[in-house]
Amino acid sequence: MSAYSVTEPSRASKSIAAVLVVVYAIITLLPLLWIISTGFKSGPDSISYPPKVLFEPSLEGYVNLFTTRTRIGAEQFAALPPPETWYDEIVRQSGTVIAGPSRFGERFMNSVIIGFGSTALSIFLGTLAAYAFSRFKVPLKDDLLFFILSTRMMPPIAVAIPIYLMYRELGLSDTHLGMILLYTAVNISLAVWLLKGFIDEIPREYEEAALIDGYTRFQAFRKVVLPQAATGIASTAIFCLIFAWNEYAFAVLLTSGKAQTAPPFIPTIIGVGGQDWPAVAAGATLFLLPVMIFTILLRKHLLRGITFGAVRK
Amino acid sequence: MADIVIHNLRKEFGAFTAVQGSSFTIRDGEFFMLLGPSGCGKTTTLRMIAGLELPTSGEILMDGEDVSQRPASQRDIAMVFQMFALYPHMNVRRNISYPLVSQGVPRAQVQAKVAEVARILGITDILDKPVGGLSGGDRQRVALGRAIVRNPKAFMMDEPLGALDAEFREHMAEELRALHDRMGATTVYVTHDQLEAMQMGDKIVVMNHGVVEQFGTPQDIYDHPATLFVADFIGSPSMNVLPFQGAVRAGDRSVTLGTVTLATPELQQEAGGRDLVLGVRPEHVTLADDAPYRGRILASEYLGTSQIITLDTAHGVVKARAPSGQVVRSGDTVGLAFRAETLSLFDGGTGRALRTSANAGVFHG
Repeated sequence: MSAYSVTEPSRASKSIAAVLVVVYAIITLLPLLWIISTGFKSGPDSISYPPKVLFEPSLEGYVNLFTTRTRIGAEQFAALPPPETWYDEIVRQSGTVIAGPSRFGERFMNSVIIGFGSTALSIFLGTLAAYAFSRFKVPLKDDLLFFILSTRMMPPIAVAIPIYLMYRELGLSDTHLGMILLYTAVNISLAVWLLKGFIDEIPREYEEAALIDGYTRFQAFRKVVLPQAATGIASTAIFCLIFAWNEYAFAVLLTSGKAQTAPPFIPTIIGVGGQDWPAVAAGATLFLLPVMIFTILLRKHLLRGITFGAVRK
Repeated sequence: MADIVIHNLRKEFGAFTAVQGSSFTIRDGEFFMLLGPSGCGKTTTLRMIAGLELPTSGEILMDGEDVSQRPASQRDIAMVFQMFALYPHMNVRRNISYPLVSQGVPRAQVQAKVAEVARILGITDILDKPVGGLSGGDRQRVALGRAIVRNPKAFMMDEPLGALDAEFREHMAEELRALHDRMGATTVYVTHDQLEAMQMGDKIVVMNHGVVEQFGTPQDIYDHPATLFVADFIGSPSMNVLPFQGAVRAGDRSVTLGTVTLATPELQQEAGGRDLVLGVRPEHVTLADDAPYRGRILASEYLGTSQIITLDTAHGVVKARAPSGQVVRSGDTVGLAFRAETLSLFDGGTGRALRTSANAGVFHG
């Protein structure tokens, strides 16, 4: 075992590094901050110029996001009973009443089902395939691996029309299953390649030890290889989820009523009652949360080394 | 515990033949060494016995039953890997108990067995530690514990001391041998270190290029190498080989190198007009002023209790082991005497030893 020597960086280079990190963080976080703060602004505040940094927070955006509203005549409006809930009250302030819930919740759930569903399927198939490619003699292994990689060489949207036609024939258009399969097909190449790299790094002796200890090949895979590959699986899952979660073009093309995800839905909010930026920002903020939470949950795995000290090299 | 019979075992990887037709028998309770340079097929042989590789052809009999095509999990053997292969996501206790869990042994029994093994190996105090931070020796002990915990039919060990520091190897080698003697377990041990093989083994198989060169006790292999490869591979420094031209007949008790006639054990086969090779261990060469076979001293290496003297002769370089007190000067020409009954003769073409009265009992047919 060899340790490589590291020279202690000087104070100056440490300070420069710190400044760079902070500047980079500000640049990347500023749009997020803008989105999150806009979500809590009132309509006029959201488009005021210069932009307001300090403002009176309002939940108008969130209420608008989850509701559809309608404008009624002045006498009718005056004749209404006093608002029953806080969100009724917010809506009344802009001279409208709640007509019903919006479809955001439904679209958001579609995103959750399709995003996590396709991630789970990609990881399941990808792990099995990667293990097979890593450990077994597969005929034409290199060609197959290249073929799998080659599906990534064009932008997926280039095959949008054939997929659209195929999906129409197969009845997969605008279904959860169709979108899960589509995103899995796009992600699987990434999953196989990333996971194969991680599994290649796991010494075969672990499984062989398990085989000799009386476990079957599949048990050895499940109880010895999978825990070792957790880091790789976690990071691959994050990549797959981010793609499936953010995907816009196919979602616009292939979904409309039943299986529409949040990305094509959020922009449609703009047209409801003028340009409702707070509602759009509120939708974007909520849309960010699942990926953030997922990444934070898996962060432990991303940071932990895989074979820490158990095998001497 | 079991006898293991290897019969005509062969393994091909595509066009490459890793093991070609090995046959040998491992007796119940033997500490059995598979010895050879890297790439000689010893590890492949071990892996075939363990069931991690399936042979291309041939038989592996355990207790008379052919197991050659059975998966590892059904052979009831245990293995210690060179890199130990402890499960890194489990602590010491779970590592050791893992083979029992696979057999569905009740919990209380597992705990008792693990405790017993830990006591034997002296690792009771580290049972609840993660394997990551353990020292090499402790890892070795945990790997041994995982192997001995379920009383398998045989142990396979693939260079188990290879990953340890030199000073610790000696100690672990003794511990291993003591453990073996205590348990009486059939053990198949792969090593490339001839000293380790001689020190620990009851029997040794010497392999080279996928072929079994010799199979026997350490002493037989050392004293009567069956081939030139074994003569060169075993011993440090290795056996001196002096190539010469000549013919021998059954019944001859001497050979002639150039003009000098040297006494040998009685030959039991003839080899006519071919390249022959005389083999002699350095400790059977003595410097004697009146001996007719002459050599010029090139150098001497001091080794404490003895010294290795390197000499240049008409048939190549010869090394002699002499008492360290003997005074020698480089450049001097001296006589060399060989102890007749210890000499080996080889056919230079095939590399095989000629049958003599000395080695006749060693070779199995």
